[in-house]
Amino acid sequence: MSFEILEPGLSTTVQDLGRLGYYNVGIPQGGSMDQWSAELANAVVGNTAAEAVLECTYLGPRFRTTEAAVIAISGAPVDVKVNGENREQWTRLELAAGDEVSFGFLQSGTRFYIAVRGGIDVPLVLGSRSTYSLGSLGGFKGRKLEAGDIVPVGQAPATATAGLDGIDTAMRPIFTRDQDIRVVCGLYDHRLTEAGLDTLLSSTWTLTPVADRTGLRYAGPAIEWKPRQQPFGAGSDPSNIVDAGYAVGSIQIPGGKEPIALHRDAVSGGGYAMVATVISADMDLLARNAPGTKTRFLAVTMDEALSARAELKAVRSRLWGK
Amino acid sequence: MSAHSAESERLKGTARYTWGGDEFLFIEIDESMSLAANFKANSMASSLSARALPGITDVCPANASLLIRFDPDVLDPAELEAAARAIETEVDAAEHQTLDTRIVEIPVWYDDPFTRETGARFRSGHQKPDGTDLDFAAESNGLASAAEFISRHHGSPWLVSMVGFVAGLPFMFQMVPREEQLEVPKYLSPRTDTPPLTVGHGGCFACIYSVRGAGGYQMFGVAAAPIFDPAQRLEDFKDFMIFFKPGDIVTFRPVNQDEYERIQRQVEDGTFVYRQAPVTFDLAEALEDPHRYNQEILEHLNVV
Repeated sequence: MSFEILEPGLSTTVQDLGRLGYYNVGIPQGGSMDQWSAELANAVVGNTAAEAVLECTYLGPRFRTTEAAVIAISGAPVDVKVNGENREQWTRLELAAGDEVSFGFLQSGTRFYIAVRGGIDVPLVLGSRSTYSLGSLGGFKGRKLEAGDIVPVGQAPATATAGLDGIDTAMRPIFTRDQDIRVVCGLYDHRLTEAGLDTLLSSTWTLTPVADRTGLRYAGPAIEWKPRQQPFGAGSDPSNIVDAGYAVGSIQIPGGKEPIALHRDAVSGGGYAMVATVISADMDLLARNAPGTKTRFLAVTMDEALSARAELKAVRSRLWGK
Repeated sequence: MSAHSAESERLKGTARYTWGGDEFLFIEIDESMSLAANFKANSMASSLSARALPGITDVCPANASLLIRFDPDVLDPAELEAAARAIETEVDAAEHQTLDTRIVEIPVWYDDPFTRETGARFRSGHQKPDGTDLDFAAESNGLASAAEFISRHHGSPWLVSMVGFVAGLPFMFQMVPREEQLEVPKYLSPRTDTPPLTVGHGGCFACIYSVRGAGGYQMFGVAAAPIFDPAQRLEDFKDFMIFFKPGDIVTFRPVNQDEYERIQRQVEDGTFVYRQAPVTFDLAEALEDPHRYNQEILEHLNVV
């Protein structure tokens, strides 16, 4: 069976848990930007966490199913319509052959997810179905969906469960325009002046419209780097280093202006010093933030980051009942 | 001849260990770029990969540093750091620093119409608005002409010091003494477009853009054959879609339009194969007499 794409939306891509293990040659992890939302949608339709979903950015697609299908919509709040009639997010939607699904405007956030029982069945590339658009790799023909695409849907295994009867409000993600993000300082933070690091951690930053799967850029005050005689090969600005690997979630401040936090489609390296890294437990929060979101970066220790990670893992275990 | 250069002696036990959140360990070998720092980063990365510690997902060697991704649920951060430090000690103690690698010939059409056209579109705000990137590069290096710059560019081989930024993009460091290194500042403001396979340069690094996209390196020419082949159509990509590996040694061969087009036809009909030969790279020899050693390495290609 398949979904016929009538209108593609702004940027609709196939994503899953991501593609680890190829960052050393510049292929990013990719995967659903808001992993938790994607996972919840999969749980509702009776998939495992690993099935591929459609990630829709701001403006969703319009599509028709060729056969009966079970879908669920999660993530950012959006009006869902089946054959023009309003339906709910966070619950199973039973579609009949020929049914048409469409969406209204996002009420907040940035991305919503469409899971289908059996998963989006594009070929695995390097172990993942995620789309890496820049490298034209994975997903549906390595790119975002276009009108006329016929997107294959997989067959659910006989062992699959029916899925969850909806998601408790308490488990659903929160979409806010006032966000605290926890970071671990390190990498090249010693290259900032004391005042510079303090500015990063005590200011309220505004997420700019320059925010996509690669990274998010923030507006706010200038941040001071320590002046120095630049080392050979590092480039002329004090924010430059000899090109190095970029941690996913790391924050760089080119020229001391507008910090950038790298996300799941990060470029794997470059010549800007990173000074802190968003903890793994807060990466989904970044993914949900819309431009204009007031953001504070709060420094935590490695132990605190690991505790937050453990808490998230416990919630995930409860979702899957293990 | 000493097995250890002063440069690698200086870098013993001096790596800086720091965390990139709860999933990344970053190890800076040196603040400055050098052959010795790159060699140490790559040696540590190889040893760490060979050890295959459960919980390590990515080992990414870079120019003068390495980045390790790990799953802290499987591998305790302190344990990972201890393992990496033990590897550093081993690498520092190695008697003879060699690397089994290959030399590859990359045909390049210098001063080609594709990068010239793109360069012309991004002239305003460039360091040299009334010339080309090649003119600017020649001037920055005190050379008389673009032609002289081009000849220096393919006159000595380059070491692939890092692969990344985007899929399969090699950073390359010319294997000559520091005072002979070509250095060119990056664009003041990055371009939004770069032709695929552009041969670029920023700071002391050459690169080949594997895909079309944004870029900040000056543009000198275009490589004639792909270096990233997701469909794995060509012989050189049978095992993996990415051609370059850190440690590869590259020699650029200038080609004219006719030869460029001939190679393009070979790529199209699937018969193109890169000219390459295995070599054992010896760091001490390379540092002692670079020009003689480079000639010796290049000789390997002549028997192919």
